[in-house]
Amino acid sequence: MNHSRRRLATIGGLALAASLVFTACSAGGGSGETDGADGGGGDLTPVKLQLQWLPQGQFAGYFAAQELGYFEEEGLDVEIIPSGGDIVPQDALANGDVDYAIAWVPKVLGSIEQGANLTEIAQIFQRSGTLQVSWADSGITSVADFEGKKIGSWGFGNEWEIFAAMADEGLDSTTVQIITQDFNMNAFLQGDIDAAQAMTYNEYAQLLETVNPDTGELYQPEDFNVINYEDTEGAMLQDAIWADTERLENDEEYQDTTVAFLKAVIKGWIYAAENPEEASEITIAAGSGWGPSHELWMVNETNKLIWPAPDGIGVIDEAAFQKTVDGALAAVNETGARLITEEPPATAWTNEYIQRALDELEGEDLDLTGEGFEPIEVELQEGGN
Amino acid sequence: MLWGVVGILVVVLIWEGYKLLAPADGVVIGGARVLPRSTDLAMPHVWDMLARLAEPVTRSASAQPLWLVITLGALTTLGIAAVGWLVGLVVGIGLALVMQRWRIAEWGLLPWIVLSQTVPLIAFAPVVKSWGSRVEIGSFQWQDWMSVALIASYLAFFPIAVGALKGLQSPDRIHEELMHVYAAGYWSTLVKLRFPAAVPYLLPALRLGAANAVVGAVVAEVSTGLQGGIGRLLIQFAGQASGDPAKAWGPIFGAIVLGLVAAGSVALLGVILKNYRRTEEAA
Repeated sequence: MNHSRRRLATIGGLALAASLVFTACSAGGGSGETDGADGGGGDLTPVKLQLQWLPQGQFAGYFAAQELGYFEEEGLDVEIIPSGGDIVPQDALANGDVDYAIAWVPKVLGSIEQGANLTEIAQIFQRSGTLQVSWADSGITSVADFEGKKIGSWGFGNEWEIFAAMADEGLDSTTVQIITQDFNMNAFLQGDIDAAQAMTYNEYAQLLETVNPDTGELYQPEDFNVINYEDTEGAMLQDAIWADTERLENDEEYQDTTVAFLKAVIKGWIYAAENPEEASEITIAAGSGWGPSHELWMVNETNKLIWPAPDGIGVIDEAAFQKTVDGALAAVNETGARLITEEPPATAWTNEYIQRALDELEGEDLDLTGEGFEPIEVELQEGGN
Repeated sequence: MLWGVVGILVVVLIWEGYKLLAPADGVVIGGARVLPRSTDLAMPHVWDMLARLAEPVTRSASAQPLWLVITLGALTTLGIAAVGWLVGLVVGIGLALVMQRWRIAEWGLLPWIVLSQTVPLIAFAPVVKSWGSRVEIGSFQWQDWMSVALIASYLAFFPIAVGALKGLQSPDRIHEELMHVYAAGYWSTLVKLRFPAAVPYLLPALRLGAANAVVGAVVAEVSTGLQGGIGRLLIQFAGQASGDPAKAWGPIFGAIVLGLVAAGSVALLGVILKNYRRTEEAA
């Protein structure tokens, strides 16, 4: 008798504890809520898009499509989810956490070989934006000079262009020392790295907005040797939009959503191409922390990677995709490991949806191929400010 | 208070003294750098870092001063860490009560509680976020900040559970027997004897828990990419550290103040409970 009463009391205590936990959570809920996107927008289809990093000019087209209502016009309520250190876009997509993801092609090819069922539906960046930057007096002017050097890379699948380019030159990748770079170029500036990985739209600008202690002025392009992977056989396709293969095959609603989504994305990127200043401001308002000159540089350089797109924005060029696959197959990293060992399945990419989206936009007054695209000149300020 | 100011001054003097005296490339012995570089890139001057705090975050017209952005970020993280700490407190004390009440529960649970802390956060954070995105009960929808609070509580509950258990078990045998002689039941023994006796053990555990909750919240913010908190500012400004080295230190100071505030709040709790801390003072 005594025992069961005690037990009852314990259960009561636990229930109390549980309810306390719940009130603690819901009490915080009122203050911490930031996005009002709880599907209240009539019959808009909710869509989640996973980015591969923090909000920044690299994704300006998506933010523009959201800010200017292009997604809504297509009947979509899109939530753009930035990534952090440990959120891998293709994993989030394969897990069903999101509907679409932005990711580099070689990284996803690795995930597909490991069993992820994903399909590329649009190739936003037509060319690679990766550079390898060394000091002008270092004597490193091409990939052939990499052997025996300290080569910087961010790792996590960002390093495969280096190894693909080295494999093409017949170089032994085990002779290089790969130094993991963090979020800035300090390791390179301080001499810990001989040649650092840099995106045209981000890290290269970081260098050009840093004061050279010898001159007191900002570093100039002449201070560096720049190897552009686009000029090597190592270049791989980067920012692409990925979808869930199974849902693409079996879910008609998802197919239609995909076309609608791509239409809005196309319009967003066309806006960014024609209005880089505004697109840059939209991105900053969306939570990007870069200074205005860095952000504008980023939007402008990103535009250069997208436009011109002779077949129409987002269309996957079979030859370029095959080049990425070949590079991925050939690449061996510094520990002797490979990214993929066999050709990806036919479901790895399709132009069906991007083509439908382009066809539906054909009649409108839009420059779908970027014929008239002209990049602007951006002057970087110290610290990107 | 005075000694606190003196302490900060000493740190400032060491920092600037090192910058003045140490070689620019630091001290390298046998290929390993034992002392850091003293360049402005690696170690900005203290006055530069302070001056940077007063300037706007960016040149953008809508930019707020850096210190304000950092303060707001720190407050967001503090709120999330506080929720995590509260959840950790409830779970920790709940587990301690169960383990104190039933020996078998202690044998069964304690190893798992210790084991739980060996799971690396980097593996854990995306999973929590992924699960969270699927939770939807009626009008309740899981928010991203809750994943962060959950991870904070995961780190916070551990010292609290262990400390509370030790505290609840701390009364002397003769005190327990005295309560028994008074025909006091489990609950009155718990309230009149065990909880008061547990206070000196609980307070340091709560302080550890608060520190853990802050660390957990910051790391989980970085890990899941949550917007608005100090963790996000840390990686965001770290990316700007080449061109603007002083800026990257702002959120670091913010995180330090945040930890002090969290630990200080628990100290305040200790003042409220001072009647139960006699044994602690004697020790």
